Amino acid sequence: MMSIRSFAILLAAGLAATAAAAAPPPSSAVDQKLIDAARKDGTVVWYTSTDVEIAEALGKAFEAKYPGVKVQIDRSGSERVFQRIGQEHMANVQACDVVNSSDAAHFIYWRREGWLAPYLPEDVAKYFPADQKDPDGTYATVRATLSVMGYNSKLIKADEAPKGFVDLLDPKWAGKIVKSHPSYSGGTLTATFEIARDIGWDYFEKLAKQRVMQVESATDPAKKVVLGERPIMADGSEYSLLIARDRGGAVEPIYPVEGTPLIASPAAILKDAPHPNAARLFESFLFSTEGQQLLVDIGAMRSWHAQVKERAGRVPMGSIKLMKEDPAGVERSIEEVKKRYTSYFKT
Amino acid sequence: MIAAAEPASGGRGRRRFDLSLPVFAGLVLLLAGLVFLPMFWLFRFAFTDGRGNPTFANFAALVTSPDLLEPAIVTAIVALASCLLACLVAAPMGWLVGRSDMPARPLVRLLVMGALVMPPFLGAVTWEILAAPNSGLLNQWGRLLLGLPTDAVLLDIYSLPGLVFVIACYSFPPVFVLVADALQRIPAELEDASAMLGATGLATVLRVTLPLALPALLAGALVAFLQAMTIFGSPAIIAMPAGFHTLTTKIWSFFQYPPHPGIASAAALPLLLVTILLLRLQAWLLGRRGYAVLAGRGGRPALVRLGGWRWPALFFCLLVTSCSALLPALALLKAAFTRVVSQPLTPDNLTLHNFEFVLFGFSATQLALRNTFLLATLAATIGSLLALLVAYITVRRAVRLHRLLAFLATAPAAIPGIVLGVGLFLAYTQPPFRLYGTLWILLIAYVTIAFPAAFQQLQSAFRSVHPELEEASRILGASPLQALFHITAPLLRTGIVSSWCFIFLEAMRELSAAIMLFTANTKVVATVMFDLNEGDQLGSVSVLGLVLLVSTVAVLALAHRFARGATLR
Repeated sequence: MMSIRSFAILLAAGLAATAAAAAPPPSSAVDQKLIDAARKDGTVVWYTSTDVEIAEALGKAFEAKYPGVKVQIDRSGSERVFQRIGQEHMANVQACDVVNSSDAAHFIYWRREGWLAPYLPEDVAKYFPADQKDPDGTYATVRATLSVMGYNSKLIKADEAPKGFVDLLDPKWAGKIVKSHPSYSGGTLTATFEIARDIGWDYFEKLAKQRVMQVESATDPAKKVVLGERPIMADGSEYSLLIARDRGGAVEPIYPVEGTPLIASPAAILKDAPHPNAARLFESFLFSTEGQQLLVDIGAMRSWHAQVKERAGRVPMGSIKLMKEDPAGVERSIEEVKKRYTSYFKT
Repeated sequence: MIAAAEPASGGRGRRRFDLSLPVFAGLVLLLAGLVFLPMFWLFRFAFTDGRGNPTFANFAALVTSPDLLEPAIVTAIVALASCLLACLVAAPMGWLVGRSDMPARPLVRLLVMGALVMPPFLGAVTWEILAAPNSGLLNQWGRLLLGLPTDAVLLDIYSLPGLVFVIACYSFPPVFVLVADALQRIPAELEDASAMLGATGLATVLRVTLPLALPALLAGALVAFLQAMTIFGSPAIIAMPAGFHTLTTKIWSFFQYPPHPGIASAAALPLLLVTILLLRLQAWLLGRRGYAVLAGRGGRPALVRLGGWRWPALFFCLLVTSCSALLPALALLKAAFTRVVSQPLTPDNLTLHNFEFVLFGFSATQLALRNTFLLATLAATIGSLLALLVAYITVRRAVRLHRLLAFLATAPAAIPGIVLGVGLFLAYTQPPFRLYGTLWILLIAYVTIAFPAAFQQLQSAFRSVHPELEEASRILGASPLQALFHITAPLLRTGIVSSWCFIFLEAMRELSAAIMLFTANTKVVATVMFDLNEGDQLGSVSVLGLVLLVSTVAVLALAHRFARGATLR
């Protein structure tokens, strides 16, 4: 395995390469040739960390638009997606075509290792802001969500609900909080990094003493709150909360006063994709107005696509105080974040 | 007979031996490969650094790391406590079903079989639904019944006792089966003698029946202990929200980014060592006492009359089986048919959405079901054929060194699932065999895991068939292998079918090794359910679980009919 030293050297080299900002490949539009080639591939395998029902709905929409290309979805937590791709690479297994994880740091690592294929869908070139795409054109933010707090509106009144992270340390919330895990969820890893940076590790150390119920996925806390298993969630993806609310669940989001971590979820094509053409077609579909609008409408996600319309009844991004993104910083501290977190929460 | 056999073996013996030798050599190579290849890589990774230099650094990291001592202690407590609980429940139940006149004994047996079919990790998921401290159905009903406030917690499955309970729920059936069968075989004469000499009923039970059943109970306790020590699914589901690790979940977490295969291998070795030691201990304990005399077939033992205790006894048995089978089945059904499982069964909470999603919307369903059934069928067929051959060779001592073969065949019993998973992953991601990412690696895992039990089952089946018939066919010129397949195998049909069923069931339920070995194209139902559960898709998990249960029961019932039809003819 790689030593820490060589890892650090590689990291430095990678960062230097990022700074040099290589030129992106020319953008690619979807044409009949690509569609025919994708049909020949027959299948596209998508590793994703998005909620499984949303992922399947996107897959079905793609299959309806391009009959003859099947979408095979492998849904797991971001950190587990990362683990699987690493294990498969170690074993020289090429299974995955398109990958999407909620830990933007993974993409920095994969690109540096040379595991990603450059591909710039037309929509990304035209409609996506520069800070949401990699200058090399290997990946871009396919969806974004916020890591929010939330509460069960049947069990807690709106004015009694906590307003921010630090409020959770009040003894009255002991035994009432559910929280997802940064060793499983990339979104939670990013959020943990940003919260620790802005408020301090101290917060987590104290939170761990509140008898927190620990779950894995960032999509899980909202479901536990709806079940009434715990009335408050300390973190979790905004989209899973909003969907649960749409389905009649008694759950409301809290945008913490300290700031809400923004979770960018990039998507990219793997260099050794077994179905390269289907992968390109699917990647283009994910970033198209249609795919992005689906993510917003049925997935309750945030999109960076300029032509996509925000859903009615949602708190607009502009009015939410966001915590600063820093994927490179996350990448440097992945191991430390997991280690410290585990030492406090014991799982 | 012997005089007649001699000239025949003189004339054809050489050619017969030539036929058996390659089969034997092939079997030894195959079994040795199955066992030693993964173990070799496990040891290699444990004792070397990344570049292959020998080192004890992995063990040093293991011993000095504070977050490993705790899982080790937790594992020891969980294994001991759940083994004890399983025995305390299974031994009296085994006696009640095997030797008493308790009503509905066949029903109790059937319910225990139901618990045996339920994959333990699925059982753990259902106990989340039933006994999560706040939303758990049993807690809700309890509060309603006792008029307690809404924040009162009666049961908390996310705890150490909760984990012990959930594991014992699914480790008691093997103990029960072993004890009940042993008790049924005890000749009634011994108990009669004790009664005639003036012992009371209780004294007879304690001083005659119990000691006679002790080997079976001991064997059962060992199975329960090892299962609890090496189980992965239940602690992954229960211990994580409770905030603690067991050794198996810890080993698995060493494969998260950044992976530490060396430390994972080092952490797996203690599990392997304890398992081997316990198996040796059992062999020693059983070997010291001459229990073999009990094989004699006396009259069917008289049933002990329970009198007024008949119904309380039945109630006890039903309570236990409710925990393992009935309540979990109800929880699965409720979760499958509702939007929010913790909410009451009102019309707007009822839905078919989960079925629609799993059967038509979820792309993994078909693939996983296909893989699972293909693998289970292949593993069962290959495994029972292999076990048949090996059992034949070892029981009939067809070749010299048959002991080596018997050792190799039972060796995998000492390898816990997760350890085998780690070993197989390390072994088959390196040249010369790159099998990771294919179904082969899962097939190898399933066959290896289930082989020892299938082998032992067939071995004892072989012992019950007298070699006369085989000898007759060999006198008439058949080779040993021909005799085996034309004469003995048909006689053993029931035994073969039951070992086939055993491997099939084991493959359907297996998670500990599969979790290390599956990839996108080689997912199986167990791993898909595990992934879905992590995303808290309780409804989808339940639907898949029901599909798995129903189809497993259907296959087992078919196999059972096949075996019965054979014996009737």
